[in-house]
Amino acid sequence: MALLQISEPGMSPAPHERRLAVGIDLGTTNSLVATVRNGVATVLPDAQGRPLLPSIVRYHPDGKVEVGYAAQARQADDPKNTIVSVKRFMGRGVRDVDHAQNAPYDFVDAPGMLRLRTATGVKSPVEVSAEILKVLRERAELALGDALAGSVITVPAYFDEAQRQATKDAGRLAGLNVLRLLNEPTAAAIAYGLDNASEGTFAVYDLGGGTFDLSILKLSRGVFEVVATSGDSMLGGDDFDQRVFCWIVEQAKLAPLSPRDMRLLLVRAREAKEYLTLHGEAQITTKLSTGEFVDVTLDTETFCRITQTLVQKTLGPVRKALRDAGLAVNDVQGVVMVGGATRMPQIQRAVAEFFRRDPLNNLDPDKVVALGAAMQANVLAGNKPQGEDWLLLDVIPLSLGVETMGGLVEKIIPRNSTIPAARGREFTTFKDGQTGMSFHVVQGERELVSDCRSLARFELKGIPPMAAGAARVRVTYQVDADGLLSVGAKEATTGAEASVTVKPSYGLADADIERMLRDSFSHAKEDVHARALTEARVDGERLVEATRSALAADAALLAPEHRQPIDRALAALEKALASSDHRAIKQAVDTLNRATEPFAERRMDEGIRRALAGKKIGSL
Amino acid sequence: MSRTSAAAGKASTSSSHFELFGLAARFQLDAVALERAYREIQARVHPDRFAHAGDAERRASLQWTTRVNEAYRALKNPVQRASHLLALHGVDVAFETNTAMAPAFLAQQMELREALENATHSKDAGALGALQQSIARDKQTLENRLAQRIDSEKDYAAAAGLVREMQFLEKLEAEIDGAYELIE
Repeated sequence: MALLQISEPGMSPAPHERRLAVGIDLGTTNSLVATVRNGVATVLPDAQGRPLLPSIVRYHPDGKVEVGYAAQARQADDPKNTIVSVKRFMGRGVRDVDHAQNAPYDFVDAPGMLRLRTATGVKSPVEVSAEILKVLRERAELALGDALAGSVITVPAYFDEAQRQATKDAGRLAGLNVLRLLNEPTAAAIAYGLDNASEGTFAVYDLGGGTFDLSILKLSRGVFEVVATSGDSMLGGDDFDQRVFCWIVEQAKLAPLSPRDMRLLLVRAREAKEYLTLHGEAQITTKLSTGEFVDVTLDTETFCRITQTLVQKTLGPVRKALRDAGLAVNDVQGVVMVGGATRMPQIQRAVAEFFRRDPLNNLDPDKVVALGAAMQANVLAGNKPQGEDWLLLDVIPLSLGVETMGGLVEKIIPRNSTIPAARGREFTTFKDGQTGMSFHVVQGERELVSDCRSLARFELKGIPPMAAGAARVRVTYQVDADGLLSVGAKEATTGAEASVTVKPSYGLADADIERMLRDSFSHAKEDVHARALTEARVDGERLVEATRSALAADAALLAPEHRQPIDRALAALEKALASSDHRAIKQAVDTLNRATEPFAERRMDEGIRRALAGKKIGSL
Repeated sequence: MSRTSAAAGKASTSSSHFELFGLAARFQLDAVALERAYREIQARVHPDRFAHAGDAERRASLQWTTRVNEAYRALKNPVQRASHLLALHGVDVAFETNTAMAPAFLAQQMELREALENATHSKDAGALGALQQSIARDKQTLENRLAQRIDSEKDYAAAAGLVREMQFLEKLEAEIDGAYELIE
């Protein structure tokens, strides 16, 4: 156990010096929130002491929203308005969803992302997820006694651009300052690696409710480096339930089911699956709304047989990740199991057989992701001194490309590139006098555009008329530390510049988010203005503090003419913070940000100079 | 805005990849020293260090980390490292087309491609593995010759021919990866 910390007399840290930061595992089946207290990561339970929050949201006709156990209890009674496993719909259209016909929802097809028609109106998966995040935020604020300075939300490593963007939007909608989207297997590796002081090459096998990830990491003191990642964002424990469900329907020779009976049987199927982890057979009995009785017995052997193809399906990505990493099975020193679905004995056996070693299960597979996310949030919030923190190097899971003539994909940033990453490619015009070019941004490994996911389309106009092939248009892809992409294009031969930047959006424009934010407040007790003020203050105080500590550390790098505007902007921001005008605070924040640009660059240059001068830092 | 683009320019054009990591511009590379320098720089500029900082520092950090990642990736890859070195000496690999590929090399490439097709057709993972190993050996030989040409003889035009041969082998390696996915 860690010892409680006591400050030196007169040096006790002010409440604001320790920034409240949480890690959130937004899961398909369950969600959790965790934080680091007294140096130890802990999951924050609800008022009843329950650590998990079922990722289930129920919409009532009067606009009331229920999340978690209360919604779970009523899911079979009100299947259309009770959304389970919403994570499977994030960034997805109706056509992308497997078993859409077996889902008891009223889907609305919409460009980019599907919507769900509920008693409270048409909801986007982003809004549904935001309801879950809001409950976790409130839980954390209650437990920690103040507004949160920042949060880390985990996503499956194999999530694509659309799914990541949707998750970040949900965080924003829930009033969270999202410091980073963190890949789930990487979060698990942090929790695992720090807990066991592990070194070497590890595989993380993460089978959640709806997603499968396999990441290979190199762990050495102070550095977590992801070498390769692979997976299937449409494969998880839910699919095992689905197989059992189909088996029950077949065994009991049931006619097509109502949404209510469908949900009822899916719940029974899940219970049977969980029961079989420790027992040889499971009895499934229930009475349907038609009056029909279902009474069947599922034994382990049958369960393994009907799910055999699913288990095998996880091994494809395992082999691919090893190939990408250039490693053989015996180069891997340990396999970490993450996600509730890895409790199934057939999964444990298949993984042990493949890697020829017993997998590691010593951290709770349901909590390990949230714990790792809390540790990373604590570092990102700046609560750990340099030398005690660590460096995390992650990758993008899928290649990013652009469409070229004939519907072919030209890859610009290949999968497993370490992020942040940027890469450019030059293109030219096809016809004489062509003044515009249209670009189609895609993600995926296949050669044909039609086999990849379309992310965005944009046009570059104002190219000076030239002979075909004379223009030089440089397209640049930039992926940030969250794995999110922005794209720019620029024509340069004639010195005439034309450029455009797109941030792919998936049916959710910034204006949509603003509207949803307003809507969400009209149903809640919270006051929009109060929330905006809290957020602006947290942001402003963070900047004041960051600027102060930067000045304390590196004031010598600043020429007096650069120092003055910073001091002025700093004073102005502090004055604004004393007011209750969130717009004034925001404006002062912008001014200070601009004033510190040259300083920031000098500090970065200096950091590199010091690194090369061989001044080692702590653990590296 | 002008300041931002100035920062971007600085992060993207600053000298050679070798200088960035404080290494001598040679083909034969001290991989351990490169990794150490990479990690030490990342420890200071990575966005995780600035997640709670202001916009200006976050932007500068993103630009520098991107630059450092790209340089690291380029130096680790023998084709890109050689191309970068040749570019520093004014030789563009892509435009150095006057040296025709040796007929013996081309004949060997045809053979390797045929072997790849056969292995894919008969879904023979063992044969793919053998092919991979044979290419890895050829690449090692080429790397040794490149080190000789670039570092010792400073014959950059001759090195460009070898880089192109290496590109052939890399392409083939990528195709073998694709073949594995096809036969699975």
